[in-house]
Amino acid sequence: MSQVFLGMPTAPPGVGHLRGRRPFPEAARTALGDAQLRRNLAKATGTIRAKRAAVVGEVPDWAELRTAGAAIKDQVLAGLDGYLVQLEEQVTARGGVVHWARDATEANRIVTGLVRAAGADEVVKVKSMATQEIGLNEALAAAGIAAWETDLAELIVQLGHDSPSHILVPAIHRNRAEIREIFLREMGKVGLPAPADLTDQPRALAEAARLHLRRKFLEARVAVSGANFAVAETGTLAVVESEGNGRMCLTLPRTLITVMGIEKLVPTWRDLEVFLQLLPRSSTGERMNPYTSMWTGVHEGDGPSEFHLVLLDNGRTATLADPQGRAALRCIRCSACLNVCPVYERTGGHAYGSVYPGPIGAVLSPQLTGVEDNASLPYASTLCGACYDVCPVAIDIPQMLVHLRSRVVDAKRDHKLPTPEQAVMAAAAYAMDSPARWTAALRAARLGRLLGGRRRKLTNLPPPLSAWTGTRDAPLPPRQSFRDWWAKR
Amino acid sequence: MRAGADETSGGYGEAPGGAKEEILARIRTATGDGPAPPPVARDYRTAEQPAGLDGEALLELLVDRLVDYRALVRRSTTAMVAATVVAALTERGVRRVAVADGILPQGLDRLEPGIELVGDDPPLTPAQLDGLDGVLTGCAVAIAETGTIVLDAGPGQGRRVLSLVPDYHLVVVTAAQVVGGVPQAVARLDPTRPQTWISGPSATSDIELDRVEGVHGPRTLEVIVCS
Repeated sequence: MSQVFLGMPTAPPGVGHLRGRRPFPEAARTALGDAQLRRNLAKATGTIRAKRAAVVGEVPDWAELRTAGAAIKDQVLAGLDGYLVQLEEQVTARGGVVHWARDATEANRIVTGLVRAAGADEVVKVKSMATQEIGLNEALAAAGIAAWETDLAELIVQLGHDSPSHILVPAIHRNRAEIREIFLREMGKVGLPAPADLTDQPRALAEAARLHLRRKFLEARVAVSGANFAVAETGTLAVVESEGNGRMCLTLPRTLITVMGIEKLVPTWRDLEVFLQLLPRSSTGERMNPYTSMWTGVHEGDGPSEFHLVLLDNGRTATLADPQGRAALRCIRCSACLNVCPVYERTGGHAYGSVYPGPIGAVLSPQLTGVEDNASLPYASTLCGACYDVCPVAIDIPQMLVHLRSRVVDAKRDHKLPTPEQAVMAAAAYAMDSPARWTAALRAARLGRLLGGRRRKLTNLPPPLSAWTGTRDAPLPPRQSFRDWWAKR
Repeated sequence: MRAGADETSGGYGEAPGGAKEEILARIRTATGDGPAPPPVARDYRTAEQPAGLDGEALLELLVDRLVDYRALVRRSTTAMVAATVVAALTERGVRRVAVADGILPQGLDRLEPGIELVGDDPPLTPAQLDGLDGVLTGCAVAIAETGTIVLDAGPGQGRRVLSLVPDYHLVVVTAAQVVGGVPQAVARLDPTRPQTWISGPSATSDIELDRVEGVHGPRTLEVIVCS
């Protein structure tokens, strides 16, 4: 675990889904070999990019909304302690119960305890990044509690024993034929089976999911959700969705448990006028998402009679401690940056290893876990800047990636054995330090020409330089350096 | 109700050294370094200074946006609303329709024979609602620019579950309830009331980003806009 910033604890290893099993370049190579995946991704990201551009283009004050969105979130981060206390007071005053969780393990323990106290052995779930981050479903399963994902894409992922690959459309890597196979094979094992004559039409697949889940909704006693926003001054929670599964979970069960990262606040009710414009247009490319639910504590006779709010740190305070990295906490999880990223479009989400993929994942995951545990992610980018352009809260992701790369290098500096990169940099510094050594080095580099093949490029250097040429071609050194040419004039 | 407290150590965060105190202390350490951020500049179109339409043009925009998200729309007048409601229900073949207690459009107590209005007192169970053909509600606010209907459990709207479980939702919107943009709607609404913002019928784009209407919420949303 990295303890770079003021000894602030990061998200613990061994629980949740913030760390991949393999470094990004290795996982990406596998993904790039999957032609089906690349076709699915190219189609999906292309479609959603066009939709977003159209609905953002029709808002005359988009730039002003974006500036305000960033400023509101910066205000939240600067006064986070006060806003959280205010939120707790408001939720409590209106009949809710607030819990605080330092990390994933603690949050899972709290939720498990609450489900048991409600006497339930199953829960219905609204799609939530926070509960995926902490591995809640696995923790509940270990306690003998079944958690049913009710978002269509999450259902596809869960029934397929798979993991999500996109923040907004987690099954973006599956096409209709694959989804049909999964429904036919798996639905019957856990509830109402899919009809035997199920086609691969999206309408038929959605209908199968509707029927499969409706019984679970009507019977469920406990629901678990995340939250898109929480209003500090009123204690109001908001969940933004499309299908209505969120509304089902938020109104039908007797007990509602909401798990929310501590940064998801806005100070005032009025602030939602900004985010309810920024979020839907950025994420699904709609003027407004089909359903937004808002509730404040417990509403007598309307919806759950018991409401628990779990506030989760899990590395967020460690992120907050880095002045050059904390703006990642402005993120409202719209996923616009994924859809425009040339790297994400080709590798998909699984290659990033964390539940937060794409450009935002490349800056958020390493900060939540400490950079040593996700050291390859800050490099999973070409720094083209498309992510910054579309970000509705103006997170300067490219600049943050560069900053995190320097943190990765700093973290490695403490090791006894120098990395190849350090060795090369040290050698370069030595050579550049003296004009004579530099001239000699340039002449020596001409030898490199011998390595160029027919393509007149350096494509296959021996280790450790293969780390460079494995993914890039280097040009051949010139026959004559500029210094030699100048000296002979 | 709080039986879970024992099993959720750190849950209530009041004990010294508990999770709450520790998280708050971490935040104070983490943010102790910077100047206060600048105040938020609200240079966008606010509720006080909305740019744009009013009157009939506003209603037309609302209708356009509702249709764009594949809601069914009928225009009517306050005087004629009962007849329009009956026409909608009849065309739809709705026989039994849930209504919130309270306000019904004038004259709706003289419905066509064969249409039964089912009140929510005593409260209907989800299973009972599942057995009805539809639900009829009013709304609190409608947002023209986004085609959004907001329900806040006020008069004629009822509990949140009412407009959720039946497969057909018929909403009556009056001209006075229509605003231009999101900021005006937020300014009119009371955050302490339970709210449902509805923009078109239930939908998903989870399969190859193909939009499909109707997953868990009502598969058909029909809106009567009264001027």
